[in-house]
Amino acid sequence: MADAATKPLLKMHGISKTFPGVQALNKVTLTLFDGEVLALLGENGAGKSTLIKILGGAQQQDEGTIEINGNSVKLNNPQSSQAEGIGIIYQEFNLVPSLTARENIFLGQEPSSICFIPRVQEEEKSRELFARIGVEIDPNTPCSELTVAQQQVVEIAKALAQDAKIIVMDEPTAALTPREVQGLLKIVRELRIQGIGIIYISHRLDEIDTIADRVTVLRDGEHVATRDKSKLHRNKMIELMVGRSLDKEFPSRECILGPVRLTVRNLMRNNTVRNVTFKLHAGEIVGLTGLVGAGRTETARLIFGADPKDSGVIELDEKRIYTESPRDAIRQGICLLTEDRKSQGLVLGQTVQENFGLPNLEQFTQRGLINRPKESDAFAKFVNQIPIKIADHEQSAQTLSGGNQQKVVLAKWLQRNAEVIIFDEPTRGIDVGAKYEIYQLIHQLADKGKAILMISSELSEILGMSDRILVMNEGKITGEITDVSSATQEDIMKLATQREEIAA
Amino acid sequence: MKSRLDARKLLSKYGNVLVLLLLCAFISIVTLEEQSPRSTAAAKQLAKKIAQSNSKGANVIVLVRRGKDQQEFADTLKDALTNTGLNVSESIVGTPRDARIALKKQTTTIAAIAADNHMAAFCADQLPDLGKTITALSKTTVFQPQKHKWPNFLKKENLLNVLKQISVVAIIAIGMTMVIITAGIDLSVGSLIAFSGVITALSIQQLSGNADPTIGHLLLGSATGILVCAIIGMGTGSLVTLFNIPAFIVTLGVMFIAKGLAFIFSQSAPVPVANESFAWLGRGFDLMGLPNSVVLMLVLYGIAHVVMTHTSIGRYIYAVGGNPEAARLSGVPVKWVLVFVYTLCGLLAGLGGVMEASLHITGDPKSGTLVELQVIAAVVVGGTSLAGGQGKIFGTLVGALIIGVIRNGMNLTGVEAHMQSVVYGVVILIAVMVDQLKNRAQKSN
Repeated sequence: MADAATKPLLKMHGISKTFPGVQALNKVTLTLFDGEVLALLGENGAGKSTLIKILGGAQQQDEGTIEINGNSVKLNNPQSSQAEGIGIIYQEFNLVPSLTARENIFLGQEPSSICFIPRVQEEEKSRELFARIGVEIDPNTPCSELTVAQQQVVEIAKALAQDAKIIVMDEPTAALTPREVQGLLKIVRELRIQGIGIIYISHRLDEIDTIADRVTVLRDGEHVATRDKSKLHRNKMIELMVGRSLDKEFPSRECILGPVRLTVRNLMRNNTVRNVTFKLHAGEIVGLTGLVGAGRTETARLIFGADPKDSGVIELDEKRIYTESPRDAIRQGICLLTEDRKSQGLVLGQTVQENFGLPNLEQFTQRGLINRPKESDAFAKFVNQIPIKIADHEQSAQTLSGGNQQKVVLAKWLQRNAEVIIFDEPTRGIDVGAKYEIYQLIHQLADKGKAILMISSELSEILGMSDRILVMNEGKITGEITDVSSATQEDIMKLATQREEIAA
Repeated sequence: MKSRLDARKLLSKYGNVLVLLLLCAFISIVTLEEQSPRSTAAAKQLAKKIAQSNSKGANVIVLVRRGKDQQEFADTLKDALTNTGLNVSESIVGTPRDARIALKKQTTTIAAIAADNHMAAFCADQLPDLGKTITALSKTTVFQPQKHKWPNFLKKENLLNVLKQISVVAIIAIGMTMVIITAGIDLSVGSLIAFSGVITALSIQQLSGNADPTIGHLLLGSATGILVCAIIGMGTGSLVTLFNIPAFIVTLGVMFIAKGLAFIFSQSAPVPVANESFAWLGRGFDLMGLPNSVVLMLVLYGIAHVVMTHTSIGRYIYAVGGNPEAARLSGVPVKWVLVFVYTLCGLLAGLGGVMEASLHITGDPKSGTLVELQVIAAVVVGGTSLAGGQGKIFGTLVGALIIGVIRNGMNLTGVEAHMQSVVYGVVILIAVMVDQLKNRAQKSN
């Protein structure tokens, strides 16, 4: 279908975008023809989302041009993007749950705010759109009563109602059941026949195999390759996505295995965590990986008591413990460095010292009053040791860079002197230099005999840091790699995309 | 550049103190008036002046117009004159007519009349005529205290009055500040004032068996009123945390319930307390001439300040308001903290109700109407953000003072009630706008 002679529907050329401290995109090129499905591949943080946000007008590129049907366009806001015929279906739907499917489809396109809404026409048009997609939904059902898959159809219909020629789907199958996935792929084929250009983002290589015409791979904000799907083997895809030689990115360390510290048995919660069982030894760094949504963070939150578990046993030093709340877990010596520092790790409006003190106040309290000098001294020790770059202890946490914020979070847990430390994406959004420092700190903790569980989506980080690797998919542990030195990223990716649970 | 930044920081930190001072200055200027001094110092000064221009043993009449505190002034004046060795032949406190009659009766030579400013004016008008017919008065000179200009606003009794008037609102505002810092709100405090007053008065009646209540009965009854409100606050907090109902809705419900119950229990009539000692809290002056309610307010603010800045629970309150999820994941018992602040807010509203009842020696179901809005206004004007996570206890005291000072200033200058309401509204809007600008400035830094 992709005919090189025809004019491309969309051409993004030399797109660069820099965020403070991070080059998110570096001269990326993407071409899309009408009536084709282009798969956009890359690890988390490779720059896919940024590229899509630029296309959607939610962010603007620093450099580069965007052409639609050969005409250069400027996408300054979501409205201008829509006007150019671009429809983006984000992972988080933009639907108003209390409004009906019809109302959502035409939201923001009402003819005029004074006129009555031409309800009958809208209804007819909705049915027409649903028919075009090949799905039957009553336009008058409130969106809150629709399934996730149906809501997705409403999103697609909404894009079509706005005359979209380009539809972007960001991880469209992440929340769908296998049957619904088949339904969606059918819809995508249907749209392709109607001449619409589709950019399809997914981690699931099976889907890419079935649906994509061409594949564009991004890595670390750069365009790695664009190939015809037919000429691209699956293993090659993984290699393009993750492949890079990283020799001295990680500090080296000798692992001295201690006794079993933490035992987790048959941990369950809804569909997100299914029968998870593993052990952590003192002095050991265990890497936990898998695709986004595989249940890694959810597992950590269950151990930490942040979410209630349906069932399962947690043992610390071979004694059963109960972590009904984070407070319980912290008291027993388990701590969690959350994935999202800004929303879960720090109280941004408070000072760095207050954030540091929050879980440690009883250590600094004498006769009911907080001894601030004592707290300040304790914090100063970590500021020098880690080191954290701050102007003074009264600085507001929100003014720090990502790396320094992470170090403040780290300091507060180091002061707790916990026995089990769970890191969830410890280096996400952190520049390379600070990453190395955080790796060193994790090593030091392991050397002191702490048991460490490190969740990461960066396979190189998992391979470079872990003494043992656990891989999850769809809420289950699908594999364990004990011989890390000879393991490859491809091995992990195979386990992470594997649907069947291997016998433990 | 640095000093400018510091000035801005200082202004954003103590901006509302500055506003308060400017307001006080403005109202002082507007209420500047000629004052008739009646203080002890003024009396002594006047006696000294008379003694200097008269020989010892000379006859002096004290002439003071009838009125509030005037007898006291006349007595101090009389004592001061006697102490300097003068002979006070007569001391008259009365109307100009009384003065005229008394003066006409004089037979011995009067060297001087020590008059207050009103009577001095009377003498200046009448004495020349009287002197012609009554020989005793022919050589009499009139002395009066030196007049001076002073703002009515800045008089001690007026300032104490301002403090006394804000005390109930300010005390409840302590609890409200904590609630608002956790990003909540409590609309029920006004109704709890009425409820607590009624419960207190009824408990006292019950305890004393409708006879004269003892001090013990009064204390126990007040404790009951306060405790019941604390329990209601605890219920509010539990509903907010356990069922995740917005605080606005829960407290709106509690507001109606408490108001209704106050009327039902009191059978819609004020419940009297048959012991004047009950007025101790609301009307008494025990420490350095300060009203007891004001002393209580200052003590509570001191404690609350320490709690908010130097204890774990204070830190927790800020953390819960700033980011509840991060706080929970840092081991903060978020639900417990929320229940605590609503309980405390209820308790302080109960205390406010007892104070209000004490002031009138009655538990009145109609009291406390719309006070919740004044309380919230004090907190907001004091710089506490409704978004939670930020605010200072003393800021709230300043906020309550700003509102109290504006009200007092308007009363002194005779601004009518409806206009006052308009002014309050404007003040609140300005305070919130300033808060927004401050936040924006902080974010852009």
